[in-house]
Amino acid sequence: MVPVEYYIILSAILFTIGVLGVLVRRNALVIFMSVELMLNAANLAFVAFARAHEVAAGASLFDGQIFVFFVIAVAAAEVAVGLALIVEIFKSKHSIDVDQMSSLKG
Amino acid sequence: MTIDLILFLILALIAVATGLGMLLSQNAVYSALFLVLNFVTVAVFYLLLGAPFIAMAQITVYAGAIMVLFLFVIMLLGAERLPPSQALPWQRPLAIVLGLALAIEASFILLTKARPTGQIVPPSDAVNAVETVRQLGSVLFSRYLLPFEITSILLLVAMIGVIVLVKKEKWERQ
Repeated sequence: MVPVEYYIILSAILFTIGVLGVLVRRNALVIFMSVELMLNAANLAFVAFARAHEVAAGASLFDGQIFVFFVIAVAAAEVAVGLALIVEIFKSKHSIDVDQMSSLKG
Repeated sequence: MTIDLILFLILALIAVATGLGMLLSQNAVYSALFLVLNFVTVAVFYLLLGAPFIAMAQITVYAGAIMVLFLFVIMLLGAERLPPSQALPWQRPLAIVLGLALAIEASFILLTKARPTGQIVPPSDAVNAVETVRQLGSVLFSRYLLPFEITSILLLVAMIGVIVLVKKEKWERQ
């Protein structure tokens, strides 16, 4: 038996690692991966709470899992658009260093 | 200490270590590979939490499709490493301080103020039967039908958006 708070603390740690990645790294691709890590941390908290709720209710409930399913679908769409944007930025700037994207010109 | 607590601790250690590996490796390819390992670890967590369908979706969509796309773009752009630059020298220490502040605040709130209660017992073998996925599918296609359809529209919009983004304009081609 594992208390649900252990899962939530793990999720918080993973989320913080993702936040640090977004703040510290300059490579746009790694920043994007950190966003994915944050999404995953939130999903883990979701499934953990869903499971604790299931255990408390004593029945199979799928709402939490279905929400995570939607989050995964949205993440897939987001990655496709984001990577296309990064490729376009690389074409015009020849770099994906986010510090260099400071000109506000098209 | 029960067996599932030991399992949880080992898996948590792997998850945090691979997350830190992603954060700290200088080469973006290594970051992506660490993140694949992290996603697989989270998928095992989903199995422990009695969500086998989500675990498999996690492996196929995240560890499979999304990370392959990442690796493909990293290698397409040849952007494994960035040249060192000192554009914003104060930004990194400030970011580390703020990130640690977030971690301390989150753990303080979770441990004292808003402590989640509840126990997670390992799922029985029945959870891993086909029947569970069938029930999940029927809930998905009845109560959550409208969000499901909206998701399909979202994916379509993303697909069209990507095509429009990377398509060359007519005047650009000439």
